[in-house]
Amino acid sequence: MKNWLSTIQANKRLQAIMIGLYIVVTFLSLYLAQKSVIAFLLLLASLLLLYFTTFSNRIKWLVAGLVMVVLLPFAASQGEAYQSYMEVATLVGIYIAMALGLNIVVGMAGLLDLGFVAFFAIGAYTYGIFATSQANNFMPFGHYPLSGGSFWVFIFIGCLAAALFGILLGIPVLRVKGDYLAIVTLGFGEIIRIIFNNLDKPVNITNGAMGLASVQPPKLFGLDFMYPSQFYYIVLVILLVVIFAVRRLEYSKIGRAWKAVRENEIAAQSMGIHLVRTKLMAFAVGASFSGMMGVVFAAKQTFVDPTSFTLLESITILVMVILGGMGSVPGVILGAALVTILNLQVLTELTNWLNQLSLNGVISIPDALSPAKMQRFIFGAILILFALYRPQGLLPAKNPVFKKEDLTDTSGHPPMNAGVQKEGAQHVHLDS
Amino acid sequence: MIEQVLHTLPQVLIDGLALGAVYAIVALGYTMVYGILELINFAHGEIFMTGAFVGTAILLTFSGLGWITSMPAIITLVLVLIVTSVLTGLLGMGIERVAYRPLRNAPKLITLITAIGISFLLQDLVRFITELKNGNYILTGPNLFNKQIGIEASSILSVFNDASVKSSFFIVLGVAIVMMITLDFFVNRTKWGMAMRAVAQDRETAALMTVNVNKVIALTFFIGSALGGATGVLFAVQYGTIDPYIGFILGLKAFTAAVLGGIGNIRGAMFGGILIGLLEMFAAANLPIVSHGVLGAEYKDVFAFAILIIVLIFKPEGLFGKVTVEKV
Repeated sequence: MKNWLSTIQANKRLQAIMIGLYIVVTFLSLYLAQKSVIAFLLLLASLLLLYFTTFSNRIKWLVAGLVMVVLLPFAASQGEAYQSYMEVATLVGIYIAMALGLNIVVGMAGLLDLGFVAFFAIGAYTYGIFATSQANNFMPFGHYPLSGGSFWVFIFIGCLAAALFGILLGIPVLRVKGDYLAIVTLGFGEIIRIIFNNLDKPVNITNGAMGLASVQPPKLFGLDFMYPSQFYYIVLVILLVVIFAVRRLEYSKIGRAWKAVRENEIAAQSMGIHLVRTKLMAFAVGASFSGMMGVVFAAKQTFVDPTSFTLLESITILVMVILGGMGSVPGVILGAALVTILNLQVLTELTNWLNQLSLNGVISIPDALSPAKMQRFIFGAILILFALYRPQGLLPAKNPVFKKEDLTDTSGHPPMNAGVQKEGAQHVHLDS
Repeated sequence: MIEQVLHTLPQVLIDGLALGAVYAIVALGYTMVYGILELINFAHGEIFMTGAFVGTAILLTFSGLGWITSMPAIITLVLVLIVTSVLTGLLGMGIERVAYRPLRNAPKLITLITAIGISFLLQDLVRFITELKNGNYILTGPNLFNKQIGIEASSILSVFNDASVKSSFFIVLGVAIVMMITLDFFVNRTKWGMAMRAVAQDRETAALMTVNVNKVIALTFFIGSALGGATGVLFAVQYGTIDPYIGFILGLKAFTAAVLGGIGNIRGAMFGGILIGLLEMFAAANLPIVSHGVLGAEYKDVFAFAILIIVLIFKPEGLFGKVTVEKV
């Protein structure tokens, strides 16, 4: 097996043929067999295979772009299930962005945040309030709802609002360490939800438990974005920006500072890292991704209410990060995709299947055991098993490893040329 | 306005005391485990919840067999309390053995994540066992003590309104006080209690002094969980209806109580629990009055969390805790 893998790894042409074949086959099967969820998932899985190939990053990105932008929507568009596939793909994108945000806070800076969904809620409500007639209740000027054209501005406003709350939460919380931090953020998440749930009096700002209905759809050049297939592209663009930003941040000065703080706060501080600023940056950046996606979520659902922002959601995002691998960007993307698909597709399909079976009298599964209700059980089990047996996650984080001779500069080459050789396994020490 | 607040005061005090007693005992579990392992045992709230369900299940079985009417209620309760606390104690020990012991030297973040996982797992296990047996995961137990007793507080001060108490209140309070005194005696006066304090102070040195650290930690989990489970039974008796999600928020508030009293400090946790219970009931009753209806009673949870955040920021060592210095 190992031999076999290494031959493939050595041979790029073989890899190209295999991945190409895989994409073509899954594309065709989705194109022809419209109802098949499996084909849809397999086509998505081509991105994972692509990640394991040894092509240069540019080629990987190009192929991935081709699959995401052209092949996937086109293959799915041939049948009735088109919108539901795109709905899943859009939600996967939204959750990936959030998980990447949480990954900065938990994985890179080592600050356990259990109230992360609060920032998502803030983004969603920012757009929700101003894109419905709700804002008329308290805004002294202007006419609401704002037109769908404002959506694009609100992506940035949502981002800023969430970042602001991230900093506001961060300032008091920074005096608290480690496990206390987890509790405080958990409390913060609950507080935000309770406040949104009750802020319909004295001034009706959030419409309380009733939620905000009929949020204006985004508009661009006179075109209304109404369907998941259209939101898919918005999410894709934002996601690209997010991934790019995370990648750049990871190896930047602030990214290295985050990791230093995670490994050992005191040592980091004594090396001249400004603790408060570094941690606040982590909170703000992580929250801002979440806020952006909150705006998109509000526009997509056209309905915002506090039940979408419970503790279970925060834990779901945490599960994504743990499953994929704390601190590892590709890992977190994988984790988010897996958990979202498990949640939306696998569990519902399984429930339908079991219901079908019990209707036909083959077996009888009591309603209490229906897989759609088992989320907490599954997430709990994932958290425990991964913490016990694979704390580094599915795709562990890697640090660039430099060759010693490249760094010591003996051959007269300028050390600037010392290239990143090969990514090796990183040993994560998360001391709090 | 003040008059209105005073009107409700006797009832608020009684309700707050009952709730506070529950918080206090659950807080003990948090504080003992934290004192010994420096770990927030997130699953403790769920152990409390499991206790409530186990207790109610036993009570329902008893009433199915017709024992409840034939036995004095207090004996039934004591029986249920003992059985439940042994079961939840073993559950707590099992959790420690399976999920926490392998990670004792792992980074704290990882242990915390397992604790959250355990807590979710327990919630769902209890949910689907109950739903399987009962068709619905919300459970209402038989009423053991439901005599209403009126307290004529107005005869003490004319501004007070009369309060009414369920007779279970006295039972809950009595059992809670007995449990707290026993625990206090156990920790401060017995050999095992001394071993526990030694392990909390310095695990390595205690091990050198022939204290069996693993045994002591297991014992701590057993006692904490047994108390938590027993409190669950008391909760079910007092409030009647339970669901699998009561543990999480209640656990969080009990943790707040433990932090308020100084985490690791057993008497502090008792005091903190009573205080949080009183404050919460006070807030629930009076927030609408004080704010002229702007803030509803729903904000009582916000109130509890706000206390937690304020304490952690301004006095993280709590009211009775010692300031710890971080060593490099």
